Amino acid sequence: MFELADITTFIVSISVFLILFVKVYVVAAVLFSLPIPLTWIERKVAGHIQVRLGPFTVGPHGILQPIADTLKSFSKEDVIPEKADRLIFILAPLIALVPACMVFVAIPFGESVTIPYINYELTLYIADMNVALLYILAISGLGIYGIIFGGWASNSKYAVLGGLRSAAQMISYEVALSFAAIGVVMLSNSLSLVEIVKSQAGGFWNWNLFYLPVGPVWFIIFIIAGIAEINRIPFDLPEDEGTLGAGFSVEYSGMKFAFFPLAEYIAMTTVSILAVLMFLGGWNTPFPGAPVVPPIFWFGIKVLAFIYFFMWTRFTFPRYRYDQLMTIGWKILIPICLVNLLVTGFMRILL
Amino acid sequence: MEQIFFIGFAVLAIVSALAVVSLRNPVHSALCLMVCLFQVACIFVLLRSPFLAVVQIFIYVGAVMVLFLFVVMILDIRKVMLGSLVGKRSGFVYAIMPLVTLEFLLVIFKGGLGKVASNIPSGEEVKVAVIGKELFTKYLFPFEVVSILLLVAMVGAIVLAKDRDEGA
Repeated sequence: MFELADITTFIVSISVFLILFVKVYVVAAVLFSLPIPLTWIERKVAGHIQVRLGPFTVGPHGILQPIADTLKSFSKEDVIPEKADRLIFILAPLIALVPACMVFVAIPFGESVTIPYINYELTLYIADMNVALLYILAISGLGIYGIIFGGWASNSKYAVLGGLRSAAQMISYEVALSFAAIGVVMLSNSLSLVEIVKSQAGGFWNWNLFYLPVGPVWFIIFIIAGIAEINRIPFDLPEDEGTLGAGFSVEYSGMKFAFFPLAEYIAMTTVSILAVLMFLGGWNTPFPGAPVVPPIFWFGIKVLAFIYFFMWTRFTFPRYRYDQLMTIGWKILIPICLVNLLVTGFMRILL
Repeated sequence: MEQIFFIGFAVLAIVSALAVVSLRNPVHSALCLMVCLFQVACIFVLLRSPFLAVVQIFIYVGAVMVLFLFVVMILDIRKVMLGSLVGKRSGFVYAIMPLVTLEFLLVIFKGGLGKVASNIPSGEEVKVAVIGKELFTKYLFPFEVVSILLLVAMVGAIVLAKDRDEGA
C-alpha cells in the first residue's frame, strides 16, 4: 500500500523530470537549428560589407541557401584519409561540438515566467549552479580539443600546424578571458550567472560595462579574448587559408566538416550571451522608466547585436600575424589584466 | 542511485588510467588521460564540491592537457625515437612500483586523510565563499607556500628556456 503523500511526491518528481527533459530538448533543438539562420545572415552581412549581394539564387534573397548547403554536406562523399587515425578522426568533430552544446546547461535566458492558467512558475534556465561562470569557461575551453585532435588525426602537415596554432592560441587567450571573468565576479560578488545579472538590475548605468573606469577595460579584454577563443578573424590563425590551406579542417569533408562551423557558430553565440550576461545586464531593461517589454526581448536584442558585431569584425579586419597574436595575448592583454585587477580590487574595497 | 553513478565513474576512471599507460600512441594516451581526469571531476560533483569539479576540468582537462598535447604532437614526429626510450629501465620501474603503491595505500587508509575538512557538514554542497575564507584564514600558510613553490617553478622554467635560446 502506498500512502497518498508518496504518490504526490512521486508525481511531483516525475513532473520535475519531464519539465527538465522538455527544457533540454528545446535548448538542443534551438542550438542545432541555430546555424541555419546564422550562416545565411553571415553571408548576407559579408556580401553587403563587400558591396555585393551575397547568396541570391535559392529562395527569395537566398534565404533557403543554408538548407541547400546542409543537403550538400549530407550528400557529399565522406573521405577519411588513408593514413589518418580513424577513431580520433571521427571523434574530433564530436569533441568540438559536444562541449559547445554542454555549455548551455548553465546559461540563463531569463529569471522565471509564470505560465498562465496552471499558475506554474517556469525558470528560464536548466540549472542555476553556484559556479556557473566557471563551468561555462571550463567546458567551452574543451571545444578546442576537437580542433587539436582533428588536426593531428588528419595526418597532414597543414592540419597539424593548424592544431598546434590552436593549442598555443587557446592557452594564451584563456588567461585573459579568465581574468575578465574574475573582474566581473569581483564586481558582482557571485559566480552564479543569475546573481550576476541580478546585481546589474535597474538601468544601464548599473551594468558592469559602466562601472568606471574598470568596467569598459574588462569588457574590451573579454571581447578580444572571446574572439580569439572562438577562432574568428582577426584571430583565426588555425584555419589561415593563406598559409595553411584550410588549417585543421583541410582533410575533412561532408557532414564531418560541417560539424566544425556548427561548433563555431554555437561558440560564437555562447560568447555573445556571456558578454550580454556579464557586462550588459542580461535581460534587464536599460531604461527602467520605459514601457514594460518582456525581459527575454532585451536579452535577444543584445545577443543579436553581439552576433552581428562578430560578423562585422570578421569582414572588416585583416588577420594578425602569428607573432603579433602572441604579443597581443602575453605582452599586452595580461599586463593590462593584472593592473586592472588591482584597480578593481581597490575600488571594491574602498568605494 | 549515487552508488551506481560512482561505480560508473570510478570504473571508467581506472580503465582509462590503465589505458594511459598501456597504449602505444602518445596522443591516444593523452585522450585517455583527459577521460580519466574528467571522471575524477564527476566524482567531485558526487562529493558535493562542484567548485573543485569545475576547477579540475578548467585547469587539468582544459589547460594542462593542451600543453601536454602540444608537446606530444611535436614529439610525435620522432615516434621511432620515443619507442626506443621506453623499456630501457623496466626492471627498476617494476621494483619501485609496488613500493609506491604500498605507500599510497598506507597514506590513504592509515594517514587520516578523511579527517581533514571536518568543519564542513557532510552531504551539503560546499560553497565557493566557504572555500575562499578557509584558504585565506585557516590554511593561509600552506596556501602561501604553494604560491611560492609555483613562482619558483615558473622562474626556473623561464631561466631554462632563456639559457637554451642563448646557447643556440
